[in-house]
Amino acid sequence: MTIELLFWEGCPSHPEAKALLQEVLGEHGIRAPIEMRKVRTHEEAVELAFPGSPTIRIDGRDVDPAGAGSPPVLACRIYRFADGSVSPVPSRQQLEEALA
Amino acid sequence: MSVIETAPTFDLPGVDGRNHALEEYDDAPVLVLVQSCNHCPYVLAWEGRINALQREFADRGVRIVAINSNDAATHPTDSFESMVEHARESGYTFDYVQDESQEIARALGSERTPEAFVFDADRRLVYHGAVDDNREEPEVTAHYLRDAIEAALAGETPPVADTPPVGCTVKWRS
Repeated sequence: MTIELLFWEGCPSHPEAKALLQEVLGEHGIRAPIEMRKVRTHEEAVELAFPGSPTIRIDGRDVDPAGAGSPPVLACRIYRFADGSVSPVPSRQQLEEALA
Repeated sequence: MSVIETAPTFDLPGVDGRNHALEEYDDAPVLVLVQSCNHCPYVLAWEGRINALQREFADRGVRIVAINSNDAATHPTDSFESMVEHARESGYTFDYVQDESQEIARALGSERTPEAFVFDADRRLVYHGAVDDNREEPEVTAHYLRDAIEAALAGETPPVADTPPVGCTVKWRS
């Protein structure tokens, strides 16, 4: 299993996302390392199809497929949930579904 | 970048189709400027609380003005047209203006969105920083902005005068 966390340092949410991801991985007994990939420029964002920070991909699949196709940008990513709320980090449920 | 000590002079286009200048708020005993934008999830998380504060303090003359200084060339979702749409969809009860030149953001010393600046009746800065202490509203234990407004209305010093703003960076022009 490959687990990537792509982030841009201009957004403060990646430490929170990493901590949540580590927690969920631990609960599932998954020991695969998290590969942290820093996105520095707009060109890199385009090359990596980076829709905002943080973006988590498990075996290449975005944990939030609905937002994965947003235009590449160096900005904080918006995660929208079924109850209408928004967050700068994916939900525990999204991570668990991506790992299932 | 250091934070401003007195309210900056401004005259900026608002989403209501007219300009808003500092003098327009002369009668307000407290003026709150909030560095803001459309696209940031932290703004989206807090804007409802900012809206509620404007409603709560409106009858006491408090005015809140949100200022979007982000570079719309690199972040098109922060264009003026998107501001108009966002303010309508979110039911903003406060003025929302565009600082296209970014002069006001620079004058304020802004770094993040959202980032609040509370000015008393003499337009001296009495509070700068976060709206409260938690992005998740049910988890909030310290209401920094509300407490600062209450203190300023009473002519007192806020219990907390400065906190680190939490949010997206201001998107400066390159």
